[in-house]
Amino acid sequence: MSQSLDAYLVVSGILFAIGSFGFLARRNAISMLMSIELMLNAVNLTIVAFGAFLPALNGTASVIALMVMAVAAAEATVGLAIVMAIYRNRRTPLVDEYDSMRQ
Amino acid sequence: MPIPDTIPVLGISWGDVLFLVLAAVMLGSALLVVMLRDIIRCGLAMIVAFGALAGIYVMLGAPLVAAAQVLVYIGAIAVLILFAVMLTQAKNAPVRLVFQAQALPAAIAAIVLAVLIGLTATATDWGAVTKRIATGTDALARLLFNSYILPFEVVSVLLLMAVIGGIFLAKRDGRDA
Repeated sequence: MSQSLDAYLVVSGILFAIGSFGFLARRNAISMLMSIELMLNAVNLTIVAFGAFLPALNGTASVIALMVMAVAAAEATVGLAIVMAIYRNRRTPLVDEYDSMRQ
Repeated sequence: MPIPDTIPVLGISWGDVLFLVLAAVMLGSALLVVMLRDIIRCGLAMIVAFGALAGIYVMLGAPLVAAAQVLVYIGAIAVLILFAVMLTQAKNAPVRLVFQAQALPAAIAAIVLAVLIGLTATATDWGAVTKRIATGTDALARLLFNSYILPFEVVSVLLLMAVIGGIFLAKRDGRDA
């Protein structure tokens, strides 16, 4: 099982689905960011799994995974800064109360 | 006495057991991340999920990616998220529903997505080899600093921009301070 690509792909698919559920269902903006991180991790696992099982992608997959991690770090920085900025104005981290553009 | 290749009673190899344990820990704590009510505990469960994922990276023969996972995700992103949680969660905030009204459709959509991904991934012939190939750190460094030197430098510029942008967005406005 640990020697087959399918097992890793299924695990990362389930992880991605969990992350997408959290992104759609949670009310807290930081919870949504955590779910995004879970989804990014699922994608990274897919990339590394392909790199481990396809000879043509072997080294490249790790390079791509490291790039994805760097971009994820940048995304977390900016995303959390945006959440902090909104929190300072609205005094709530709940996304469904950010409705001033709807009124 | 040498350790046998497979577990004596069950007949499954140690690698499979390790993979199953790591995957179960990762998926279980990922579920905790999206289900728990207390958001600090969500963050701690996220750290566990990242750690288990680092173990899976080691199993896949990518130790440098696993080290970067521990350093970047557990060391930086999780700590950053925990700090943001502590800065934004007011003690006197009303503890109401954690989930949106669309939680049930979202759960159904997520299950459908997982089933679709699983079916597609297992039904496709990827042309994969049956033995994992490890990625040596030496070869990875050669790739990173020869073929992929331009993306590497672009990522450094991106990180600099993210730092500046984060400071700009999060700093207090000077006028009302």
